[in-house]
Order: sequence, then C-alpha cells, then structure tokens
Amino acid sequence: MLLVVAGCGGIEPWVKPYERDRLADPIMALDADPVSSSYMQHVYEAREGARGGEGAAGGGCGCN
Amino acid sequence: MHRRPAFYLLAFLALAGGSRAGVLPDDRGDVMYHSYVGGGVEIDGPSVLVRKKVGSNFSFVGNYYVDYVSSASIDVVTQASPYTEQRNQWSLGMDYLRGNTTMSVNYTNSEESDFDAKTFGFAVSQDLFGDLTTLTLSYAYGDDLVRRSDDPTFQEPATRQMYGIGVTQILTRDLIATLNFETATDEGYLNNPYRSVRYLDPGSPLGYSWEPEVYPHTRTSNALGIRARYYLPYRAAVELEVRGYTDTWDIDGLMGAIMYVHPYGPWTFTAKYRYHGQNSAHFYRDIFLRPQATNFRGRDKELSELYSNTYSIRASYQFIDENKGWNFVKKGTVTAAYDRLDIKYPDFTNLLTGGYYVLDANVVQLFVSFWY
Repeated sequence: MLLVVAGCGGIEPWVKPYERDRLADPIMALDADPVSSSYMQHVYEAREGARGGEGAAGGGCGCN
Repeated sequence: MHRRPAFYLLAFLALAGGSRAGVLPDDRGDVMYHSYVGGGVEIDGPSVLVRKKVGSNFSFVGNYYVDYVSSASIDVVTQASPYTEQRNQWSLGMDYLRGNTTMSVNYTNSEESDFDAKTFGFAVSQDLFGDLTTLTLSYAYGDDLVRRSDDPTFQEPATRQMYGIGVTQILTRDLIATLNFETATDEGYLNNPYRSVRYLDPGSPLGYSWEPEVYPHTRTSNALGIRARYYLPYRAAVELEVRGYTDTWDIDGLMGAIMYVHPYGPWTFTAKYRYHGQNSAHFYRDIFLRPQATNFRGRDKELSELYSNTYSIRASYQFIDENKGWNFVKKGTVTAAYDRLDIKYPDFTNLLTGGYYVLDANVVQLFVSFWY
C-alpha cells in the first residue's frame, strides 16, 4: 500500500542524476550529427517504400 | 522530380535536437558536402546548419540544403531522357523551453523545376519521472505541388498530415531506448507524372508497350520503431534498431540495424549495418497482362518487393579540444562517412539486360562541425 501511495506521489527515479555520466558521454548521443542522419534518412526514404518510425526522416532524392 | 513527398518536417524536428526536453540543444554549426552515386544517378551538394540560443529559453535553427542531380537511371533511360536539375531546400525552426517542456515550431520549403513542397510543423516534448522519460508529440502538415517540365499546364496538388508520438527512456546507467510511432496520410496526386507501366502487347516488336501509371489518391501509413543504445564497459557503445511498417497500399516492411561506436583518443569510429525488406504495393506489376488491366497501376521499383543492405563506416576527428577551445569555439570535429548501399529488386526487370534489377550505390559525407 505504501508503494502504491508513493507511486501516486511520483515515481522515484531509479537512475539518479549523478549516475548518468555514461549516458552523457557523446558516444551515447542518439543523434550525434543531425545534419548527417537527416541526409541518410532521405537517401533511404527516396529508395524504399517505407517511411517514418525512426524518430526522424528526410526529404528529397532526384530519384526519377 | 521527387517520386514521393518526404517528411520534411520530421527531418527538421530531428535537426531540432536532442532527446531531452528540459535542455535546449547545443549551439553548433555544420557544413557538409554530400554525394550519392549509383544506378546511373549522381547527386551531390552542400548542407549548412546553424543553431543558436537566444537567452535561456529560446533556440533558433536554420538549414540550407542543395541537391545537384544528374540522372540517367534505369527509369530514365528506358522511358525518357537523361536530365540534370537542382533542388533547393531551406528550413527555419525555433524551440522554446519552459521548465521541463520544450515546444518547437518549424517551416521547411523545397523547390525544384517541377516539384514544390512546403511543410509546417509543431512538436511538444515533456520530461517526466525525474527526467528519466521524455514524451514527444508532433504534428506536421505538408503541401506539395507536382508539375511536369514538358507541360507548363500540368499542375497537381498533394497534401500530407503526419502525427507522431515518441518516448525516450533511460532504463539503466548504461542503457537508453526510444520508441517512436508515426502515422501519415497523403491525399492528392501521389504518383510520378513521368513514369509508365508495361503491358503485354503482341503487336509491339518488344512484346510490350507503355501506358501512364495511375496511383490511388490516398495513402495512410503506420510505422513503429524502437532503438536501444548500450554503453559497453570499455567506453564504446552498441545500438540496435528495429522498425515495422505497413500502409494502405499493402506495403509491409521491416528494417533492422546494428551500430558500434568506438572512441580512440581524439578519434571516434563508427560501423553500422542496416537491412530493409518490403513486399510490393497491391497495384504494382512488373508487367501487366493487358492495357488498363486494373484501376490503379504502378511500376515504380521503390514500390516493388525489395531487399536493401547498407554497410557504413565513419571516422570523426576532434581538432578543437573541448577542454581548451579556440576563440569563441568550444569544440570542433571533422567527419568522413562512407555508406555502401545494395538493393535487390526480384520483381523488377532490368530492361537493358533482361535480368532482375540490382542497385549498387556509394554515399559519401564530409562535414565539419563547430560548437560555440
């Protein structure tokens, strides 16, 4: 019951801010170079029938 | 012209930055040269991105992108004539941070000789549960105009609406994951005005003839993707990604990727493999049995069954150390990336050889990045 009440009052973060040093390392950035990832997504999108769901997508191809 | 309108907005939301709602993205500038060579097509050009905070609550971003296209693709050489063209795209965006909430607006404009696209977008991100979770909602509206370079009177509109929801979750000290769902609806003129379909014609010397393709005027797609990145004990990272896709044209697709990141002194090396497979749209045929065989008809290889493999390597060198800086620049990197793209189309005949078509392409990116 205490846990439920505590849950209603807010979830306790199980990874403390001072424990996030590894996650803050640049090698852990999910999109370290947006200009590059955006470009590659539009390379794929122009040549495949699928799109979206990757958190980002790009435009343009010259694909005729 | 572009065969299919693209997610300009969501691309720009990606440019808009990180996975943390309560922190504005870093001020940075990128200058990139990109090159794609494959299947008789050469596309290259620059992309320039500048992002800058104003005060403690606002961040502005702008991007200018150009494609110089020279095309003698399999579609062009069998149905038309080789051509060159230029596409210019620019984007402007703003992020507003208030507490743990970031609101983003943006606008993207793309122009070429026979295709214009405008996209307006809005997104809200909220950090939750002690900043372990970031929830993002996004919406975009796209307005396209399709023309023909050989017919000044031809002008057809298409519109698009996109809805996205994403969750980025810190799972452990070493593991972060993100889940994204996007649904998009297209309406209007969705096919390529230049392309045709083949049909059997015993009266033709080749045994077949051509007629214009006809696409449905609506399309709705759904995509669900998940990515997870793990910090390895010796300071390296590995990422897995999977995406499932389905749409009302009966295309079902599956994409999977694995990536490895390894820093070494001022260098960072990355290797990646990506796979994508899909079946064909219900109105796709390599060759139809007769003219006007079905209400909707298409022979775009992008809508056929295909299997795509990409092998990627990249190296990044940090030439301005973040602990020392240089004038107003805090950090600087230069990056070279190479991607080898192999796509097999088992239901699309290469009319030059008689076998099934295979596309091999080389993609190169060179860019310099500054943080200030």
